[in-house]
Amino acid sequence: MDEITELRMKILKAIEHEGRVDLKELAIRLGVDETDVANEMADMEKEGIICGYQTLIDWDKTDAQIVTALIEVRVTPQRGQGFDVIAERIYKYAEVDSVYLISGGFDLMVIMEGRTLKEVSTFVTDKLSALDSVLSCATHFILRKYKVNGTILAKRYEDERMLITP
Amino acid sequence: MREPIAKKVSEMKPSGIRKFFDIVSEMKDAISLGVGEPDFDTPWHIRDEGIYSLEKGRTFYTSNSGLKELRHEICEYIRRHYNVNYTGEKDVLITVGGSEAIDIGLRAVLDPGDEVVIPQPSYVSYEPCTIMAGGVPVIVELKEENEFRLTADDLEKVITPRTKVLILPFPNNPTGAIMERSDLESIREVILKHDLLVMSDEIYSELSYKGDHVTIASLPDMQERTILINGFSKAFAMTGWRLGYALGPQRIIEQMTKIHQYCIMCAPTNSQYAALEALRHGDQDVAQMKEAYNERRRFLMHEFHRIGLKCFEPYGAFYVFPSIKEFGMTSDEFAVKLLEAKKVAVVPGTAFGSCGEGFLRISYAYSIENLKIALERIEEFIMELRGRA
Repeated sequence: MDEITELRMKILKAIEHEGRVDLKELAIRLGVDETDVANEMADMEKEGIICGYQTLIDWDKTDAQIVTALIEVRVTPQRGQGFDVIAERIYKYAEVDSVYLISGGFDLMVIMEGRTLKEVSTFVTDKLSALDSVLSCATHFILRKYKVNGTILAKRYEDERMLITP
Repeated sequence: MREPIAKKVSEMKPSGIRKFFDIVSEMKDAISLGVGEPDFDTPWHIRDEGIYSLEKGRTFYTSNSGLKELRHEICEYIRRHYNVNYTGEKDVLITVGGSEAIDIGLRAVLDPGDEVVIPQPSYVSYEPCTIMAGGVPVIVELKEENEFRLTADDLEKVITPRTKVLILPFPNNPTGAIMERSDLESIREVILKHDLLVMSDEIYSELSYKGDHVTIASLPDMQERTILINGFSKAFAMTGWRLGYALGPQRIIEQMTKIHQYCIMCAPTNSQYAALEALRHGDQDVAQMKEAYNERRRFLMHEFHRIGLKCFEPYGAFYVFPSIKEFGMTSDEFAVKLLEAKKVAVVPGTAFGSCGEGFLRISYAYSIENLKIALERIEEFIMELRGRA
């Protein structure tokens, strides 16, 4: 890896889990110049490598009503365009959170959020299944989130080490 | 009743760490930077192998020297990482932590009155283990101006006709000092000239931040006179599994195994199975943890610089060793006052030898968030001291 690629990887690995890290602090930790970090980040934003900065929220600990579903979708690919066109038709819905092309028995994995079970099921029956190229859908509701994007939500771990050891 | 305690034992100084531990445990909600073990949990795939070995009912003894496959993997690992060829299982003994290897290694080579050169500040057990083995500890005081490295001059000065063993504790706990190739080359001359044995405690070898760690055993003519001690505690965050090992000339390893077989029998079996997994598939984990420690190290050094706390730049282990001489207090006083005033626990340098006076051991086996809070408090404390002066 050349120097820039290496620096970029280090920045990405750090901000992947610490989106709010102070750039000056990050530069100190990585042993590099703050301006280099800022420049690389700006470039990576322009290049679409860094696509956004989000916050990981455990909605279950709030009063918000949110239902998340994973929907496996089987579709007929279209000549010359494969899955791209149908994927686009699906991801343009605001209710849809993520869309992945997957291997296995299904073609697309759609993740969506709604306020109630009914809202999600209405979307699946009225919108998703109604699309021409959609052959079938299997909807899985998420009951509990244990770990999301590398962060464990289910349990907090305490430092159980002794206070002083040799 | 007659005196039940052996003189050798009652004369042994209690560990300086112990004394401080008692003070700290009295303190509620103190933040500690006093721990000498990783903050990471053992990587899950390694723990999983440990659990699996129990499920499979592998609850028997292993051979005295440890699982043959594990000894084989250790040789492979040492070859891969440090470029030393240990040819077979007979060159290795699996021990209960590096600590056991230090103890039985010294017992295997010392006759009464043999002198052991111990550079200090260093880990607390070399001196008592030497005494228990009938040897005579000879302390070399490492100096801050040499970045706490051992120089050929320092070594040469303490050698007598009775000197038999040099203990080489690098990367060093508590200073974080390392010995680079050129440093090792210059002490090698002295070692060969006086026909010394070396006990090289390289338990922190994976945590070296300036080029790759060099083991003295890889230098010409050194392998045959080196007992190389290492283990799983620091590299793989496996302190509680109590697993270490010694590598060396077969005739020494054979005698160490004899002592080990009588007093230990064998190292814990499920730890040995977990360790196999660590060596086979753990390189990535080690690299990640090392990078995290290095980030914290740079952060701490930067902060010390900003606060104006004097500290040489350490390139090993997970400790920094700042000087507090400007405040006109002993290390003990400083550490106790810092604890009382700001509830931050650090270890006085004197816990690792009297030449640690004027220094503190600060561990960075803590998250950046934790380090930040502790540093803020240390800064406040220092500013208050300076304001008063």
